[in-house]
Amino acid sequence: MTLSLSNVSVELGGSRVVDGVSLDVGAGEIVALLGPNGAGKTSLMRAALGVLACYGLIALGGADPRKLNARQRALRAAYLPQRPQSIWPVSVESLVALGRFAYGAAPDRLSPPDQVAVDAALEMCALTALRARGMDQISGGEKARAHLARALAQQAPLLVLDEPTAGLDPAQALSVGDVLRAHAANGGAVLFSTHDIALAASISDRVVLLRAGKVLAEGPPLEALSSDALAAAFGRRGRLERVGKAIAAVFE
Amino acid sequence: MSASRITSLGLIGLSFVALVAALWLGPTPLADPFAADEATRTIVWEIRFPRALTAWTVGAALGLSGAALQGLLRNPLADSGVLGLSGFAALGAVLAFAFGFAVLAPAMALLFALIAAIAVTALGWRARGPASLALIGVGLSSLAGGLIALALNLAPNPGALADLVNWTLGSVEARSMQDAMLAGGFLIVGAALIFFAARGLQALTLGEEAAAAIGANLRRTRLLVVLGAAACTGGATAVAGIIGFVGIAAPHLVRALAGHDPARLLLPSALAGGALLVCADIAVRLLPTDTELKLGVAAALIGGPVFALIAARLAARGGDA
Repeated sequence: MTLSLSNVSVELGGSRVVDGVSLDVGAGEIVALLGPNGAGKTSLMRAALGVLACYGLIALGGADPRKLNARQRALRAAYLPQRPQSIWPVSVESLVALGRFAYGAAPDRLSPPDQVAVDAALEMCALTALRARGMDQISGGEKARAHLARALAQQAPLLVLDEPTAGLDPAQALSVGDVLRAHAANGGAVLFSTHDIALAASISDRVVLLRAGKVLAEGPPLEALSSDALAAAFGRRGRLERVGKAIAAVFE
Repeated sequence: MSASRITSLGLIGLSFVALVAALWLGPTPLADPFAADEATRTIVWEIRFPRALTAWTVGAALGLSGAALQGLLRNPLADSGVLGLSGFAALGAVLAFAFGFAVLAPAMALLFALIAAIAVTALGWRARGPASLALIGVGLSSLAGGLIALALNLAPNPGALADLVNWTLGSVEARSMQDAMLAGGFLIVGAALIFFAARGLQALTLGEEAAAAIGANLRRTRLLVVLGAAACTGGATAVAGIIGFVGIAAPHLVRALAGHDPARLLLPSALAGGALLVCADIAVRLLPTDTELKLGVAAALIGGPVFALIAARLAARGGDA
């Protein structure tokens, strides 16, 4: 198992924001975290990475991430925070090359394997033509893909992505979905949070529906995301519908 | 060859030209600074060269610490002067001078620069925008100014006050080779520390959370930059007093040529700071004023408006939240 959480709880400012969550993500698997704002998705992901204090058992690539240093963690999991930043307008390629940091590389000093990983990540995210552009010269969707490419270049067994499609138009969001599927098809594991229920249902092997830090439902999307579960999570009745190969989410 | 290397080579050339020009130009016109007569040799090698070399080392130290602080705090308005490191270093030196331990001035400048660096990093690490960090610096600088005034107020030897006040204005006038060596020694130590932090500064381009997630040891990066910037600023200030804005101007100027990568800006910023201060010092020597204009005063007169302009441009871009 790439990531295994057992009875994990997080307390922030005296309140329990994650409450006894257990969860497994295996190689080649995509797992989506769903739930209303404040359900504990981000805290759960940060706890899983070992960067947020928590109770419970965590195994990330067979080790407790809370006992690993930053580099050891980076070799096991690549993390994309909710609002990824590029403080200085470096080139797209330099930004993606930062994904090779844990291998001892710098953007201006890439070994041949580093360069191969960077090229592959750029290609996968359709950024090859934009590699020399500054991060201040590309669109919001391209920026999101550049940060995703940075995470892919890390070549960690697990990708942890906090709302990777937030603010993207439907086509851009689908292209992110395609990248995640391709990553999983290559044997990678993905844990991501999103408010795009249709996208999560379309590309995930399993979904975990959270509310107030607790798991409401878990399993294959069409089974887990029942009308009752959606109503319990979001306060509105809804259902999933198959539309051709895709899945749509409809709320009343 | 990378843009950063080309910029560095150009700036090495510029520094060299500026240093030679500093031997040539001055209130006493010299036809040939390399002439063998006694008077020329004294003027050139005992007055002008040590002074120019001190200006270069001080400028390089301030340029380097500015670039490193900007990378660490992810803020183009950061530098030793704005963040209060220079003010605190001057306070340390003033305390040493005022209470009769002049020999301890460099050590005190270093110690106090370190205190300011630790304070500003601790307070400013999570500052939301460039302006909020600058405001923390304003607070620290004002505190340093107040404490310098207090030290002068309580100093046991009022006769030395005028000299001390004069010294805090910032100048490289009448500095010796020992002064250049002192600032140079601190610069070498500071540069060694900062260059070990270079990769961490690159990682911080992604912000704090993602930098840690790609494997950067941020505690180590912060410690190295704080110590390095304190060493550079402490040495520079102990020798030349407070000279502001070089640390902002140097990285700002070289970004256009060398790009935005904070690691690849370090060396060009140091070289640009050195060249900039040598040129500024030539200018104050050539100005036909009765009393020589202090380098620190000139730097503030030019740097202040430039700082305001950069800040205004950042605010207009929405970089200041």
